[in-house]
Amino acid sequence: MTAPAIELKGISKAFGPVQANKDISLSVQKGAIHGIVGENGAGKSTLMSILYGFYKADKGEIWINGQQTSIPDSQAAIRAGIGMVHQHFKLVENFTVVENVILGAEDGAMLRPSISKARKVLLDLEQEYGLEVNPDAVIEDLSVGHQQRVEILKQLYREADILILDEPTGVLTPSEADQLFRILGRLKDEGKTIILITHKLREIMDVTDTVSVMRRGEMTATVKTAETSPAGLAELMVGRKVLLEVEKNAATPGEVVLDVKDLRVVDGTGVERLKSISFQIRAGEILGIAGVAGNGQSELLEVLGGMIPATSGSVTLHGQPIDITGRESDGQSRRRRGIGHVPEDRQVEGLIMPYEAWENVAFGYHHDPKYQAGILMNNSAIKADCAEKMERYDVRPPNPRLPARNFSGGNQQKIVVAREMDRHPDLLLVGQPTRGVDIGAIEFIHKQIIALRDAGKAVLLVSVELDEILGLSDRIAVMFDGVISGERLPEDTNEGDLGLLMAGVTERQGAA
Amino acid sequence: MDFITILQLLDSSIRLATPLLLACLAGLFSERAGIFDIGLEGKMLAAAFFSAAIAFTSGSVWVGLLTGVAASVALSGLHGLASITFRGNQLISGVAINFLAAGMTVVIAQTWFSQGGRTPALTGDARFEEIVLPGAASRIRDIAQQSPLGQIYSELISGHSILVYISLLIVPLSWWVLYRTRFGLRLRAVGENPAAVDTAGISVVGLRYAAVIICGVLCGLAGAYLATGLSAGFVKDMSAGRGFIALAALIFAKWRPWHALGACFLFGFLDAAGNRFQNIELLTFLSLTFLLLAAVSAIMLVIRAIMLARGKDTARGLLTPGIALVVSVGLALGLDALDPEAGGIATYLNTFVLPVQFMQALPYILVVVILAGLVGKAIPPRAGGEPYVKER
Repeated sequence: MTAPAIELKGISKAFGPVQANKDISLSVQKGAIHGIVGENGAGKSTLMSILYGFYKADKGEIWINGQQTSIPDSQAAIRAGIGMVHQHFKLVENFTVVENVILGAEDGAMLRPSISKARKVLLDLEQEYGLEVNPDAVIEDLSVGHQQRVEILKQLYREADILILDEPTGVLTPSEADQLFRILGRLKDEGKTIILITHKLREIMDVTDTVSVMRRGEMTATVKTAETSPAGLAELMVGRKVLLEVEKNAATPGEVVLDVKDLRVVDGTGVERLKSISFQIRAGEILGIAGVAGNGQSELLEVLGGMIPATSGSVTLHGQPIDITGRESDGQSRRRRGIGHVPEDRQVEGLIMPYEAWENVAFGYHHDPKYQAGILMNNSAIKADCAEKMERYDVRPPNPRLPARNFSGGNQQKIVVAREMDRHPDLLLVGQPTRGVDIGAIEFIHKQIIALRDAGKAVLLVSVELDEILGLSDRIAVMFDGVISGERLPEDTNEGDLGLLMAGVTERQGAA
Repeated sequence: MDFITILQLLDSSIRLATPLLLACLAGLFSERAGIFDIGLEGKMLAAAFFSAAIAFTSGSVWVGLLTGVAASVALSGLHGLASITFRGNQLISGVAINFLAAGMTVVIAQTWFSQGGRTPALTGDARFEEIVLPGAASRIRDIAQQSPLGQIYSELISGHSILVYISLLIVPLSWWVLYRTRFGLRLRAVGENPAAVDTAGISVVGLRYAAVIICGVLCGLAGAYLATGLSAGFVKDMSAGRGFIALAALIFAKWRPWHALGACFLFGFLDAAGNRFQNIELLTFLSLTFLLLAAVSAIMLVIRAIMLARGKDTARGLLTPGIALVVSVGLALGLDALDPEAGGIATYLNTFVLPVQFMQALPYILVVVILAGLVGKAIPPRAGGEPYVKER
């Protein structure tokens, strides 16, 4: 048997008092797809950063193809044949594909010979691996899926034999993800070794040969994928049994809470983002909006949440009209009307990152009489309220004085959820509730949303995660290019069917 | 306005545009690499002082030039240290350099020369002389007797100092470096997304220092030209906001070298017009404005024609600048032909006289117009102003 492509022996790395990696050993065979799963903060990224030369390990050895290798910087990693596709692409957006590919791997001081050579090599690579991209396209004009191909091409152009992909499908549609996995299959057949970091267990089950689980900086298990199951992996990740399926009773929809008619939004550049959208949500019902990011879902949430004005249309809440075009179109007015909003991007819209948790808990509700002390804010009341919310919503660590940015993604989201849900809004707008949130917290947040529904409230759920939409929604609407391209009942559809609607194909094909 | 007046106006536009152009290209290199630099002004001022002072004491303008450049590079290094190595705020570092230079130059000048914060006047080899190209006339009386082409050659093309010609050569050179070399590719990349450069195994810090040093050299040339070419010696605050106008020109040019040439020439022209026409009749001002419009449309027409020849544009693209050219030339000539003594509208217009202050304020008015975004959206390099910190 040949030497493993990658062998890590006893890797340890600490950041101050935090032990990010504890004595980790890992061995990946050549030509294998190896998955690494773990919750946020389990140390996956740190481990890969050590392998790619971003950090230096405190202890331990790295062996590449049977040879001990030291990787002090990215340059050394590239020389050792390691390529990394980061979660957030490292592309220069206004450069062309070929310029991005040669950056740092030019053949000489002049550009033209490098570019024409790279163009030829790219065409070969594209054919070999099925990675079609126009070499002269500008990155910002490409879809996210194509940008990712450029990242992979970049690594192949540098003749990487070992590819590390960090959460590669987080930004892709289901069909783009399938294409990616086909490409990974081709790469594997050509003898490349692939490490796939993800928190999506389905992907691990579909494409990997072996899988390692990390928890709190330790490698808790390495198993053959064929010999495990999603439930088994989830248990290894979290350290306890986890419900992957959302448990819920059948909905009992009541009267209409939200009634949206002919809602149109034209943005500042004159592009029509919402083209005459109409729908209703009843009390005790969750309406899930599926769709590829950028098809108008964000604008829908922003209009309803009062963040941007609509161009035309009408919205009523319990039969009473809401001012969506004029002066009352702001978050404060919406909250007074009983609309809670968990925005899509918690770090930009949901929280002020340098502010402490207790301050964040009061935002938007700072006029609440219980937070007032005469003309001043009653800070100790807010802190007490925050501590109590943190307790009930299981925010860890339960410290109101900690700045929002010091919480993990899941706990940040729980702070926002606690703030918005705890007032029992008649209508809750939720955007991407579990984006970048680990499995344990996902379970918790889903339970909260279901509980709100069962309390007879209306919920509008926008998510790009089809699992989440299918699991939570009582009805599903799919948005494509600013219109609702179709409505389905969750028991009456599947990912393939929704995927077609998300791509704008409206004819019903082969759904159960 | 006769032909020679227009030529003289353009000639002094070139002189006045030169320091702007050098400073603008200096800013271009720095900002393209992601380091904002509002310290152009201070660096020019320091270079102006040291080049004049050393040119005076050594008697050689070239030694002066080298010292001026060295002073500017030293300040650039300081800016680099603050904003690249120590990841400080680039605006504050730039402001500090401006203050430092404004105070330091005057204090040292007073200590060395005791002439009220200025250097003694430079003469002979301590100054960049005007180069008379072969076959060109240099005296105005001789020029006036030449053919129009000869007048253009003698008045406009010949008779500048070497730094003017160098600065004009730096424009295509900058373009070539930025768009045709590996260094240029990396430089542009580091201003857009330093993380991409870092993960490609290239040193972000090294690239940014290189850009900042180039900026220092070009700023040094700009300052030296101010004190040893445009004038003959250093006086307090002689850069007179040119570093800031260069920044406005850089935004106007959207961080592109050829456009920088156009933008700086426009500012140079306004400066020259302000100097030449002290109190200007509205009639003359209007015909001057249309003349300027005619020149801009002519340049646009040429650019469109080149693009058409390369197959990157359709013939319809020629239409707008073509019409603008015909209309503005017609209006300029028509207004010029009006006799202010003949009564009617011409006499009426001629009763208005624009004050000298208005003419001299023109470049600054244009700065405000440009910064208000009236000339289209200018997107700065995306990583500009932000120190690069490796993310986890």
